[in-house]
Amino acid sequence: MHEMSLAEGILQIVEDAATRQGFKRVTEVRLEIGALSGVEVEALSFCMDVVLKGSVADGARVELERLPGQGWCLGCGQTVEIAALYDACPKCGSYQIQATGGTEMRVKDLLVE
Amino acid sequence: MCTVCGCGQGETRIEGQDHAHPHDHTHPHSHEHEHDHSHAHGHEHTHADGTTHSHPHEHVHSHGHPHVHDHGHGGHDHGHEHLHDAGAGHDHAHGDAELHAGSSAMHFHEHKGDLHYGLGPAHAHAPGLTQERMVKIEQDILGKNNTYAAGNRQHFAEHGIFAVNLVSSPGSGKTTLLVKTIELLKDRAPHFPVAVVEGDQQTSNDADRIRATGAPAIQVNTGKGCHLDAHMVGHALERLALPDDSLLMIENVGNLVCPAAFDLGEAHKVVILSVTEGEDKPLKYPDMFNAADLMLLNKVDLLPYLNFDVEKCVDFARRVNPKLQVMQVSATSGQGMEEWIDWLLAGLGQARVAREANVDLLKKRIAELEARLAAKG
Repeated sequence: MHEMSLAEGILQIVEDAATRQGFKRVTEVRLEIGALSGVEVEALSFCMDVVLKGSVADGARVELERLPGQGWCLGCGQTVEIAALYDACPKCGSYQIQATGGTEMRVKDLLVE
Repeated sequence: MCTVCGCGQGETRIEGQDHAHPHDHTHPHSHEHEHDHSHAHGHEHTHADGTTHSHPHEHVHSHGHPHVHDHGHGGHDHGHEHLHDAGAGHDHAHGDAELHAGSSAMHFHEHKGDLHYGLGPAHAHAPGLTQERMVKIEQDILGKNNTYAAGNRQHFAEHGIFAVNLVSSPGSGKTTLLVKTIELLKDRAPHFPVAVVEGDQQTSNDADRIRATGAPAIQVNTGKGCHLDAHMVGHALERLALPDDSLLMIENVGNLVCPAAFDLGEAHKVVILSVTEGEDKPLKYPDMFNAADLMLLNKVDLLPYLNFDVEKCVDFARRVNPKLQVMQVSATSGQGMEEWIDWLLAGLGQARVAREANVDLLKKRIAELEARLAAKG
């Protein structure tokens, strides 16, 4: 359940941006969440609703963009798409895969007034 | 970063550090709105001849009246005065129906029959411009934690401290393993100081167990938090005031999920899995096994009594992390503990070498700068 801390982190980023750029209201928060980031998207959006209450982004829409997971397959010597860390290589079936993409969690942009 | 209310400290308690932190915040917000309004009003007048007639007349008056109001959240009345172009001043208090729904400051101005451009959420209007705009952020959600972690890492590097972050589910035998590790290190390398940061939601039981060995320990209670974060560890470091070339073992909150995401500035995450748990735990909690560099398979002295398939477990762990190193240990019987101690000593040695190299580099730099100053002088 560290989604709550992540939501707090997102709010902090939003509030810092509001202070820096002087906007008064945020109507949309767009996030990029990698498939391998360990974030439960449903839980995160639930937490976002709670955390944003009473803030500059009260009632803002939260758009979550899921980024696909990628890994470097040692067997194939190339980047392959994986949905989970324990997935086998879709090409050769090996588990010798090092996650290389889809581990990110970022606030992409905000729609503000 | 506080994990509960985001205020920086929250319910986190670091032993020996009392902090009451009332946090008030006021947020005044003002808004301006300009509006044209026409209002029809009839008036009645009596002529000298006694006839009374009423005639409605309509006049449009545009008045740019910026009315700025700061308001605390609560009901408020406001009267405002505005001058008409005709020069006739009049006061009117108008019952703006302002709804303040909680703290969300929702404004609803009702002027009967008026055009009101300030009704949009921004309470302002500029021709041809939409009220919304996009702000690029592109920031890592864990950026703040990572900044604190980088601070801790730099502190460790400057002081030759080898820091390990021990993660596991509750009951895997972390504290017993730590106690045993401290005792063994005392025998093998008494010159290396050892300290422990203990993370738990509540109680200082674990820190008490560590302190019984003579090693300094500090308990961090995370309150409702499910993991230690780099900010908490930074505070614990201030209290511990570790000497150079120390070993710092951070026992994270017993949780195979959340601590995986939070870098504390450690050199390695070490995941402890006991054989009394299922061998498929690496598949069930892949993030943690992926984040770790070393897995200690603990309580192996119990293997004869269990149906635990070590090979299968290691295979599962390597599926999520092909580079994972594995050691089989038992804190109770001492089996495999030598290998673990060797690993720690190797890490300590590297940290010290790196610190010394850094000091040498700094000395060289100082000598260079002094030479340049001397040349100028």
